[in-house]
Amino acid sequence: MKGAVSVRGLHKSYGSTPVLRGIDLDVSPGEVVCFLGPSGGGKSTLLRCIAHLETVDAGLVAVDGELVGYEPKDGRLFESSPKRLAMTRRKMGMVFQQFNLFAHLSALENVMLGPVTVLRRDRNEVARRARDLLGRVGLAAHADKRPAQLSGGQQQRVAIARALAMDPSVLLFDEPTSALDPELVGEVLGVMRDLAGQGMTMLVVTHEVGFAQEVGDTVVFLHGGVVEERGPAQQVLRSPSSERTAAFLARVL
Amino acid sequence: MLDELSKMPIARRRRLGSRWGLGAVLLALTAWLFWTVVTSPNLDWAVIGSYLFSEPILSGVGVTLLLTVLTLLFGLLLGMLLALMRQSDNPVLSAAYAGYVWFFRGTPLLVQLVFWFNLALLFPRIGIGIPGTSLGWYGEANTLITPFVAALFGLALHEAAYMAEIIRGGFLAIPRGQVDAALMIGMTPGQASRRIVVPQAIRVILPALGNQFILILKGTSMVSVIGGGDLLTRAQQIYGQNYQVIALLLVASLWYLALVSLASIGQHYLERGLR
Ligand SMILES: Nc1ncnc2c1ncn2[C@@H]1O[C@H](COP(=O)(O)OP(=O)(O)OP(=O)(O)O)[C@@H](O)[C@H]1O
Ligand SMILES: [Mg+2]
Repeated sequence: MKGAVSVRGLHKSYGSTPVLRGIDLDVSPGEVVCFLGPSGGGKSTLLRCIAHLETVDAGLVAVDGELVGYEPKDGRLFESSPKRLAMTRRKMGMVFQQFNLFAHLSALENVMLGPVTVLRRDRNEVARRARDLLGRVGLAAHADKRPAQLSGGQQQRVAIARALAMDPSVLLFDEPTSALDPELVGEVLGVMRDLAGQGMTMLVVTHEVGFAQEVGDTVVFLHGGVVEERGPAQQVLRSPSSERTAAFLARVL
Repeated sequence: MLDELSKMPIARRRRLGSRWGLGAVLLALTAWLFWTVVTSPNLDWAVIGSYLFSEPILSGVGVTLLLTVLTLLFGLLLGMLLALMRQSDNPVLSAAYAGYVWFFRGTPLLVQLVFWFNLALLFPRIGIGIPGTSLGWYGEANTLITPFVAALFGLALHEAAYMAEIIRGGFLAIPRGQVDAALMIGMTPGQASRRIVVPQAIRVILPALGNQFILILKGTSMVSVIGGGDLLTRAQQIYGQNYQVIALLLVASLWYLALVSLASIGQHYLERGLR
């Protein structure tokens, strides 16, 4: 099922510090899940574990019904080969707090690189599609600029276009607007709102409660490495049932 | 108050002398120095002219260039290998890296060159084979280790220690997020290294590489102590016979200057092309 994400029993420690302590999660296709919670609660770690950028201590993740990072065989789970893992990761796109555009490539080349080198699609075809995508995020005029020549908001929109170019089933956002000047936040959230409207499955770590309220279907409140509260966005944000959630919301609103 | 003051003219602070005056003094000094050297009765320009493009000097230039390029090449390859060892999770490999860099940076190049040249004292016969059997190939160290071979060994092994550190620095300069982003567009770790990390690291280390090239070029003159056949060896051989020491050192210096200038120009265009 394109766009479904399942997480079961995810545990992750750095050294002796537990960061994730048993996370279960189900995301249905087209759902927008917003992750809120205090700093250090494990939000970034959860996204990175879902993408298998970090190895997990225990627990499983599946995207589109396909296990991430493991192969079931003869009643056992075998760690995937790097190649196999890379194939599975194509189902996910990630947008980072610090943009992480490839600094030595132009905006257009950033968007084209995945389809050309990973999917081995025809270059001209990919270039046309990449220009379309840059147009969709309002950057048609900036295709040939290097990341250093773009504003933060523009860089983040290129990063979204780069993720979209791989036709992912699900997009992961880790505080996509936290590194932006306040007046640039809107342009990035606008693009994300459009994507949600088009039925993209999105897992969004954010401190933008307004965005969570307007665009989010579900809100998950992470605290100390566990899910403290989860529910429909409106309900959790308006009348949280957990005291911790209520205290956090009171602080950020 | 400011309204009133802003009508006053501003008197600029006087710099020490005028820029032009200082320049003129420097220029005159340089010209005078140059002139006394050039017109010195002890310096025979005819000798310099006759040796500048003579056969032994040109062959010395050839050896110097060959040594420089081979040292850069082997130093770069071995340095890359060492940098990868350092990055690996294997503690034995990273300890080996530390030991190598410690030793080859910690002893003078001159000592290393003389050591390689006299390797026969330590190992009279060298070669490769399977220990405990007669299988393999061996030769006399004295015939195998020519001055050129000893020079290349000494220079390249020494250079590799510096290259390894430069390359490691280049990798360190690329943020982890670049690799994360590459993995998230479906690249394998190998692809991420080749397409994202290495191209950016090369841009970072290029100025340092240009610097190393020039250091190696001039460093090759040290192989003259073992008769490496390079530019300085040749110049020394000639003044050993005709006692025109300064003239031949000038011949060598002119060549080093020319080669370094060419290298700098090449580096400039290479860096511009990569930007
Ligand atoms: N690579 C790492 N090595 C060691 N500890 C880490 C590492 N990454 C994260 N941590 C620790 O794990 C905990 C959770 O970090 P995480 O980044 O997931 O929190 P977060 O909810 O995203 O916080 P923030 O809102 O500040 O981004 C923190 O205590 C952090 O110090
Ligand atoms: Mg975070």
